[in-house]
Amino acid sequence: MHRGKGMKFVGDSRVQDKEQRNTIPKDYSEYPGRTEAFWPNYLLKEWLVGAVFLIGFLCYVAVTPVSLEQQADPNNAAYIPLPDWYFLFLYELLKYEFAAAEYIVIGTVGIPGLAFGALLLAPFLDTKPGRRPSQRPIATGMMLIGVLATIWLTYESVVAVDWETREEYSVDNMVEHEVDETHPGYEVYAQNCMSCHGGVLEGEPGLGPDLLDLPHTADTIAEISVEGIGDMPAGMFDGTDEELQQLANFIVENTDTDDGEGGDEDTEE
Amino acid sequence: MLQKLYDWVDERLDITPIWRDIADHEVPEHVNPAHHFSAFVYCFGGLTFFVTVIQVLSGMFLTMYYVPDIENAWHSVQYLQSQVAHGQIVRGMHHWGASVVIVMIFLHTLRVFFQGAYKKPRELNWIVGVLLFFVMFGLGFTGYLLPWDNKAFFATQVGLEIAESVPVIGTDIKTLLAGDPDIVGAQTLTRFFAIHVFFLPAALFGLMALHFIMIRRQGISGPL
Ligand code: HEM
Repeated sequence: MHRGKGMKFVGDSRVQDKEQRNTIPKDYSEYPGRTEAFWPNYLLKEWLVGAVFLIGFLCYVAVTPVSLEQQADPNNAAYIPLPDWYFLFLYELLKYEFAAAEYIVIGTVGIPGLAFGALLLAPFLDTKPGRRPSQRPIATGMMLIGVLATIWLTYESVVAVDWETREEYSVDNMVEHEVDETHPGYEVYAQNCMSCHGGVLEGEPGLGPDLLDLPHTADTIAEISVEGIGDMPAGMFDGTDEELQQLANFIVENTDTDDGEGGDEDTEE
Repeated sequence: MLQKLYDWVDERLDITPIWRDIADHEVPEHVNPAHHFSAFVYCFGGLTFFVTVIQVLSGMFLTMYYVPDIENAWHSVQYLQSQVAHGQIVRGMHHWGASVVIVMIFLHTLRVFFQGAYKKPRELNWIVGVLLFFVMFGLGFTGYLLPWDNKAFFATQVGLEIAESVPVIGTDIKTLLAGDPDIVGAQTLTRFFAIHVFFLPAALFGLMALHFIMIRRQGISGPL
């Protein structure tokens, strides 16, 4: 590089005059093996790979619509939380006794902290120059254990999820239904049945079916509320005979949906 | 014509060195899949970057419709995916891209780890890499809440409880993220939105710049 006296610049800037610049391009001839220039030789092949990758990705996106569940309802006590899949290993870890309840700090800070801390500091824990996995059995072994544990925890967590029931949370299965909240039976319904059959008779996934388009008469419904049916135990209703009558009337009067559909699960049990 | 334009700019700004730093470098034989097929493992870093670009672009389009408040967030997503032309595709790219980027960053980390490429002189770049990993997880965590559906809400609640379990500063972390020590609500959504689209991407870009500058300085690690 040119230094000191005799330097010329473009105008009053600090950019060197073109004449004085070093314009010799880099030379790769000294690099060993079949080295090739990134630009443009390698990039031409690289973008082909990128294009194939992009096409594959877009095809997947096009055939796999993203689900949206119903709008968040903080009062929904029955909902089982589920994170995105790449956090499942942590959820699963917290189910183990040594990492839950009073030991929760071990599960949330201790084990992950150790694992990710070791990952962060790997270059300072494994300082010998040998790079081959066989030359550093401890580092390789720890990483293998970590990876296998993560995969195992994720797998355990995935198989424990009831994916079919979760499907019912999707907006595609959302029931748009309204009930008459001024009906004298509504209060009775809210106290006795709503937790399993939903705020507007739409059902709760995993707990109870919807009560839409029921074929039953008020008397049958009153009977079911007291005696139970299928998986529904007896004695769910607790109140006076008058309230029972109001409840049955409420359900009968509000069960019909406009399109006459729905109620698909009622017949199963 | 193009050459003239280039010369005109170059005379004033001396851009050739910048250009050389960015694009004029060698690709050694051992990382080139055209010569050794097994060298495809070196693609994972580049693919991570590629998917990150997809995330940034699709995310920018998502914010044209998304409304970060608890009354409208869910409806805006529902509208986007059912009413807007190609809305389903844009949301799909961002949603599945988030998973693909995690897979790619994981594979990239494994490649670097098992090749021992984090050893001297590349220690600093490894640290930057692990920080990038954390930022990606942070983006996944904060982005999950944004559609404000049940899945989003309850997973975030659990996530915040995990943050709360940290000794001493747990409650402060939770309050910082959620805007309240107890409630997951309006504040939480706006904070997660801000973190997801401003704070973490800023950290991501800064760290990626460091990552790439260091790679270019040092060159890729040699063959095993
Ligand atoms: C946004 C995320 C990331 C991007 C875009 C990225 C991108 C890249 C690229 C393009 C390379 C060149 C070689 C290759 O592709 O394999 C590279 C190298 C490297 N990356 Fe990353 N990376 C990311 C995350 C990480 C993570 C999570 C780690 C480690 C925990 C890491 C550690 C390294 C190291 C040490 C090198 C140098 C390797 C060598 O010289 O052989 N990177 N990165």
